Amino acid sequence: MIHSLFLINASGDIFLEKHWKSVVSRSVCDYFFEAQERATEPENVPPVIPTPHHYLISVLRHHIYFVAVIQSEVPPLFVIEFLHRVVDTFQDYFGVCTEAAIKDNVVVVYELLEEMLDNGFPLATESNILKELIKPPTILRTMVNTITGSTNVGEQLPTGQLSVVPWRRTGVKYTNNEAYFDVVEEIDAIIDKSGSTITAEIQGVIDACVKLTGMPDLTLSFMNPRLLDDVSFHPCVRFKRWEAERILSFIPPDGNFRLLSYHVSSQNLVAIPVYVKHNITFREGSSQGRFDLTLGPKQTMGKAVESVLVSSQLPRGVLNANLNPSQGTYTFDPVTKLLTWDVGKINPQKLPSLKGTMSLQAGASKPDENPTINIQFKIQQMAISGLKVNRLDMYGEKYKPFKGIKYMTKAGKFQICPYNTPFTGFSLTVLTNQIHVFR
Amino acid sequence: VFEKSFLLLVAFWVFGGFHAVKYIFIMFSSHRHDDLKEMLDSNKDSLKLEAMKRIVAMIARGKNASDLFPAVVKNVACKNIEVKKLVYVYLVRYAEEQQDLALLSISTFQRGLKDPNQLIRASALRVLSSIRVTIIVPIMMLAIKEAASDMSPYVRKTAAHAIPKLYSLDPEQKDQLIEVIEKLLADKTTLVAGSVVMAFEEVCPERIDLIHKNYRKLCNLLIDVEEWGQVVIINMLTRYARTQFLNPNINEGGSGDKTFYGSDEDEDEDEEEKEKKPYVMDPDHRLLLRNTKPLLQSRNAAVVMAVAQLYFHLAPKAEVGVIAKALVRLLRSHSEVQYVVLQNVATMSIKRRGMFEPYLKSFYIRSTDPTQIKVLKLEVLTNLANETNISTILREFQTYIKSMDKDFVAATIQAIGRCATNISEVRDTCLNGLVQLLSNRDELVVAESVVVIKKLLQMQPEKHSDIIKHMAKLTDNIQVPMARASILWLIGEYCEHVPKIAPDVLRKMAKSFTNEEDIVKLQIINLAAKLYLTNSKQTKLLTQYVLNLAKYDQNYDIRDRARFIRQLIVPTEKSGALSKYAKKLFLALKPAPVLESPFKDRDHFQLGSLSHLLNAKAGGYQELPDWPEAAPDPSVRNVEVKESVRAVGTVTHRDTGALWGPQRMEGNSASGSESSSGSEESGSGSESEESKEASESEEEEEEEEEEQKKKKKKDLKKPKIKFDSLGESSEEEERKHQRKSKPRKSESESESDEDEESESESSQSESEDSESEAEVKKKKKVQTRVNYRESAQQQGASKTIIRFKKAGFSFLSNAHRSLGVFLQTIAPSSALKSYELLHRITGEGLSVEYCFSRQPFSPDANMVAVQMQFTNSASSDTKNLHIEDVKLQSGMRVKEFPEIELLPAGETATAVMGIDFCDSTQAANFQLCTHTRKFFVSIQPPVGELMRPVFLTENEFKKEQGQLMGMNEITEKLTLDVKCRNEHAIVQRVTTAANLSRVPCGSDKECRFAGRTVTSGSLVLVTVATKEEGAAQLTVNCEKMVIGTMLVKDILQALTQ
Repeated sequence: MIHSLFLINASGDIFLEKHWKSVVSRSVCDYFFEAQERATEPENVPPVIPTPHHYLISVLRHHIYFVAVIQSEVPPLFVIEFLHRVVDTFQDYFGVCTEAAIKDNVVVVYELLEEMLDNGFPLATESNILKELIKPPTILRTMVNTITGSTNVGEQLPTGQLSVVPWRRTGVKYTNNEAYFDVVEEIDAIIDKSGSTITAEIQGVIDACVKLTGMPDLTLSFMNPRLLDDVSFHPCVRFKRWEAERILSFIPPDGNFRLLSYHVSSQNLVAIPVYVKHNITFREGSSQGRFDLTLGPKQTMGKAVESVLVSSQLPRGVLNANLNPSQGTYTFDPVTKLLTWDVGKINPQKLPSLKGTMSLQAGASKPDENPTINIQFKIQQMAISGLKVNRLDMYGEKYKPFKGIKYMTKAGKFQICPYNTPFTGFSLTVLTNQIHVFR
Repeated sequence: VFEKSFLLLVAFWVFGGFHAVKYIFIMFSSHRHDDLKEMLDSNKDSLKLEAMKRIVAMIARGKNASDLFPAVVKNVACKNIEVKKLVYVYLVRYAEEQQDLALLSISTFQRGLKDPNQLIRASALRVLSSIRVTIIVPIMMLAIKEAASDMSPYVRKTAAHAIPKLYSLDPEQKDQLIEVIEKLLADKTTLVAGSVVMAFEEVCPERIDLIHKNYRKLCNLLIDVEEWGQVVIINMLTRYARTQFLNPNINEGGSGDKTFYGSDEDEDEDEEEKEKKPYVMDPDHRLLLRNTKPLLQSRNAAVVMAVAQLYFHLAPKAEVGVIAKALVRLLRSHSEVQYVVLQNVATMSIKRRGMFEPYLKSFYIRSTDPTQIKVLKLEVLTNLANETNISTILREFQTYIKSMDKDFVAATIQAIGRCATNISEVRDTCLNGLVQLLSNRDELVVAESVVVIKKLLQMQPEKHSDIIKHMAKLTDNIQVPMARASILWLIGEYCEHVPKIAPDVLRKMAKSFTNEEDIVKLQIINLAAKLYLTNSKQTKLLTQYVLNLAKYDQNYDIRDRARFIRQLIVPTEKSGALSKYAKKLFLALKPAPVLESPFKDRDHFQLGSLSHLLNAKAGGYQELPDWPEAAPDPSVRNVEVKESVRAVGTVTHRDTGALWGPQRMEGNSASGSESSSGSEESGSGSESEESKEASESEEEEEEEEEEQKKKKKKDLKKPKIKFDSLGESSEEEERKHQRKSKPRKSESESESDEDEESESESSQSESEDSESEAEVKKKKKVQTRVNYRESAQQQGASKTIIRFKKAGFSFLSNAHRSLGVFLQTIAPSSALKSYELLHRITGEGLSVEYCFSRQPFSPDANMVAVQMQFTNSASSDTKNLHIEDVKLQSGMRVKEFPEIELLPAGETATAVMGIDFCDSTQAANFQLCTHTRKFFVSIQPPVGELMRPVFLTENEFKKEQGQLMGMNEITEKLTLDVKCRNEHAIVQRVTTAANLSRVPCGSDKECRFAGRTVTSGSLVLVTVATKEEGAAQLTVNCEKMVIGTMLVKDILQALTQ
C-alpha cells in the first residue's frame, strides 16, 4: 500500500524520508513540487497527484506536507486518514508536530513509523499500544537514557493488542482515579448582513481524559440524547447499546481520547450567540473608505462571550486602515490585507466597536467586493445546543472515581457575509432595462 | 548533536572514565563514518545506541549510509533491544543493495523465529520478510508457513503481512502462498482477518472462491476488526457480493447502469419487466448490509467511505439514503478528506440526487474553503439543482460571484451555465443574470460569462439578438482572448440576427487584426468568411483585407486557414465544386453543446477507489463486476461444520505440512477430496494419519505403496510406544494386526470422522484461553475413543496428542514437525524415503513416487539423481510418459528421463532423472505428460539431498574446518533423544537426514561427517559432540550460509526426537 513517506517543509525541503518497500527515489517529489507551484495557495495542492509510475497522496498539517507514495490501487481516504493519524501521534508524543520537533526526535519518529506500518499496511495505530511499544520522550527519560544507555523501546508485546479491548493497555494503576469529560461545541454559521441566518450547524465532540485503575466499564447517559442527530464513536463505544438505549457504554482507553463527535441537526433552531453590525463603504472617486463595526451578545443564556477575535480580508485596493477600537487591539497587514481585531470579552453594557477610515490606492476604482467577516469566540460553561450529560456510572471496579464534566461553546466557521439576501440581481426587469440602454 | 554529545561527554567522564571520553573525540573526527564504525565495534551498548541513532538520522535525511553495512550488521544479535530495532531499520533499508552481507543476519532471525516470546517471533518474521533478497525466498516461505500455524494470533497476523512481501519478491511462489492465505482466511481471530484479506487482495484477488466458506465469518467479525482491516474487508466483500448476489434493484428498473436523470420515466418503461419473479434478497446479502451499517458511525473516514460505497453499489435503492448523513459528516473533517468525499458525493449525486437533497446547505461554500474544495462543492450543488431548489441555489451562486477567488468565480459562472441548460425553467433567468455580469468590472468574470452565454445562446439564438448586440459592444473593452473569440464566433454564427452590427465589428477587428491572439485571429477569419457569404456587398473588401493580412501571418495555421477559406468562398475560375456549397459549409446549423458533469459515468469505477478519483484505471485496480443474471449457488457459503472446522483445525495448529513442501503436489489443493490426500502426504498431524488409514483401506491392491507407508508408520509409532500400554506388541505383530483390522477400519471411518470433527472443533478457537478447554475435550474424546478402538496404534496416536497437549501448545508444532522428520528421513533398513509426485487419484490411475537415490548421476556430476517409480493402476495402458514445460529458477537445470513408451495396466516402471538444484531448495516444476493428459508436478529437495559424501581424514577435516570459521560456522546445543544416545544411532540419523559420509575419528565423544554440495562443490562439515546426559553440540561448517542453517535445522530435528 504505502511505499514511502516524505516530509516536506514550507520551503520545499525534504527533511525526512521513510521507505517500507524498495526505496523510491526522492526525485518523485518533483511532481509534487510542480503541483505546488501551480497551486496558488498551500492548501490548494491536490491531495492526490498521479505521476508516471506512482501516485502521491499528501496532507498538509502544521505547514508540513506529509507525502505518501503509492504504487497501486488503494482507497485514497485510507492513506489520507492514516497520514492524519501519523500527525496526531506525533502531536501526542512531542506535544507539537513541527519540523523542529520531528528533527529533534528523529529516532523516535522512525521507530513510530516502523511500528505503525508494516509493508505499507497499518499495524499499530492506537496510541495506547504505541506508547507501550515506544515510550514517549520526556526530558527526564532522555537524561536517564543517555547516562544509563537504557532504551525507549518496550520489551513486551502490548498485551492490549491481543485482548478483546485492543485500545486499552493493561495493568493501569492510579492513586487518584479520575474521569473528566469536556463537551465542546462549535457553531458553523453563515449570517447575512441583516443578521438573518443562512446556515447554522452545531458540531460537538466529547473529549475525555480518563485515568482509572484496572478495567473500568463506564456508562454515560444524556438528559436529551435525541438532540444528537449524527454521531461517530471511538471504537470502544458499544454501538448496540447506543442504538437501543441511547447510552454510551464503553471501556475507555487510558488517557486522553475523543469519545464521540456529533452533529446537532440543522432542523433545530440554532441559537446565534453574537450579532455584528457593520458598515463598510467605499465611495467612487474618493481615496477613503469608511469602516464601522459593532459587536454584541445575543442568546448567550447569561454567559459571557470571551476570546473574541474578528478577522476580515479587506479588498486589494485598500492601502491602510486607520481605525479606533473601543477595546482590544487591532492589526492590519498591508501585504495580505488581513485585518484582525482582538476584542477579548464582550461587555453587554458597553458594546465593543471598531471605527475609522481606510485609505485606498489613489486612482484605483472602488473595490466592488465587500469583505466577509470571520468571528471567533468562546463561551464557557455552556453547550449551545443544550446538550446535558445526565450521569456517569462505573462498573467493574470497586473504587470511587472523581468525575467531572465541562461544557464549552466555540465559534467554528462563523462568518458574516457582506450582503443581504435575497440578492436582487437575477430579475428580468433589470435586464430589460439594461438592454434598452444598449439600444 | 552538540548538546547531546556534551551530555555524553559529561556522562562518560563520570561513569566511564577517560577511555570512554576518547570515543567522544573520535566522534568529531573528520574521517567519514570511521567514528561511527568504531562506536559500533565497541562493547558498550550506549555507544552502539548513539551510533545507531545517528545512522538512522542519516537514513531519515536520505543520506547514504550503506558503507556502514558490515559494521552495523554485526550488531544484529545485540542484546539491547533498541539497538537491535535500529539495526533492523538499517538492515531493511540497505539489504537490497548489499545482498551478500545481508545473508549474515539471516540465522539470527531464524533463531528469533523459534523464540518463546511472541513479540520476538513476530518481529523476526517481520524483518526477515522485509529483507528483499531473492536468495532467501525459500527460507521466507518456510518461515511464513510456520508462522501461519503459530499459536499467537499476533504472529499469524505478521505472517499474513509477510505474504505480499514474499509475493512481490518472487511471484513464482503464488501457488504456495495461496495455500497459506487459504489457511489464514479460516482463522477466526479479528486480529488476523484484516491482514489476511489484504494479502488476498494483493496476491490472488481473482480467487473469489476462497471467500465462500469464510464469507459469513468475515461479516460477523467485521465490527471487531481494527479500522484499517475493516476498509480492506469491506472493499473486498463489495466485489464478492457483486459476483454472488442478484441486483436488488432489478425490479425497479433502475439497474445500476442507467443514469438517473429521468428516473420517473424509467419506471413506466419497466412495467412489462415487472412480470419477472419477485426479487428476494439472499440472506447473506442482507447480512452484509446489516453488519456494515453500524460502521457508518466509525470515527475513521476511510471506513465510513468504504461502507458508503458498499451501500451505493449493493443496497436496494430505498436503503442507500442512510449513507448521505455519514458522508456529509465527513465534510467537517480535514480538507483532504473533504476533497475525496466530495468527489465521491459528486458521482453519487448524479445518480441518486434525492439522497443528498436534504443536505443541500451542507454544500454551501465558505470563503475559507480552499479553491479545490469550493469547485467540488459547486459541482455537487449543480448536480443537486432541480426545479424546486434552483432559486436558492442561484441566490447562493450570486454571492459566490463576488468572491475574490477568481478561479472559483469562473467555476461558478460555468455552474450557472449548467443549471441553465439542465433546467429549462430558469434558462432565461440565468441568461439574464449572466448578461448582467457582462458589465462586471472584473474582466475574468466577463470573459467567463461570455463563454457560457455563447453556449447558452446556441440553444435558442433567435430569441436573444439583444444579447448578441450587447456582446458585440464588449469587443471594444474585453481583452481575454477566449472571450473575444467567443463573441466573434457568436456574431459570425448569427450575423443574420444582427445585420447592422456585424460588418462594423469586422471593420474594427480588421483594424486590430495584427495585434490579436491566434485564437482570435482564426475567429476573425471565420467571421469575415461568414459575412462574405451573407452580406458580400458590405464586407467584400474587408474580407479581402483580412485574408491578405492572414496570408502573411507568422502562424502557419492562420495562413493555412486563410488560403483555404479564400479558395472556398471567393469564386474564381479555378475554384472547384466545393465553393458552391460554401454557404452550407459555414452556416450549417450547429448542435448546441451539452454541458454535463465531468463526474457523469464515473461510477463504473468502484467508489472510494483511487481509480475513481483519478477517473483512470490505477495499477492493481480490480474491476467491479456487473451483477450476475442468475445468482450462483448460495450453498457454497454454507459452512458444513465437518469440513470447514476440520480445515480450521488442521490449518491453525496442526498443519505442519508446510514444512514438507517436497511431498506436496501442486494440483492437490484444488478440491476438497484431493486436499485430504494432500494432507495425508504431509503426514504430520494425527488426523491426517487417520485419514491416511482410511484411504489406505480402500487401496488394498496397492501392496507396494502400502508397504512403504507402513514403514513410515512404524517410525511414527516409535515415540508413541512408550506411552502405549499395549505397546509391547512388536512391529511385526502390529502389521498383522493392522491388516486384520482393515475392514473394520473402513467401517469405522465415520467414527473417525466424528473424532476429527470434535477434535478440530476444540482447536478451532485458537485463543490461548481456550487451550485448557481444548485439552479437556481432547481427553474426553480419547476416552470415548478408547472404548471402541482396540487398535493399539490408535490409542498410541491419541495418547501422543495428550502428551503434546500436556506439554503445552507451544511444543505442539515442534512435536508434529519431529513426527514429520521420522516420516521423512529415518527409513528403517536403510530404505530411501520416497515422496509422492502424483497421487493415484489425481493421476487418473497413474501414480508416481520419487526418491533421491543418492547415486551419482552419470550424465552430469552436478546433478542430483532422482529415481522415479511409475505405477499404472488404471485399467488401460499409459503411453508416451515424458516431461514437458520445465519451469526452473535461474541457474537450475534438468536432465529428463528417456520417454517411457508404454506402461501397461498394472505394471510398474522406474526411471532416473537428474536435477541441478543450484544448491537451493527451490522446487523444480514441470509437467508430466502421458499420451492423454498433463499433470503439473514439482520436486523440492530436502537440503540434505543437495550434497554428496566425500571422504576426508580427521586431519583434513580439522584443517578444512579451521578455514570455515566465523560466520560460516553455526553451532547449536541440543539434548539428544533418549534412543539416540549411542554413536551408532547418531550416525544413522545424521546420514539419513543428509547425504554425508562419516569421517573416522579417534574420540568416541565426537562424530564427524563430510560432504560437498552437488553443484558448487562447497564443503559441508558436520560435527556432533556428545556430553553427559544426552547433551550435545552440533556444529555445521559450510561456505553456503543458507544451506548451513537449513541443514542445522534438519539435523537438529533428526537428533532430538
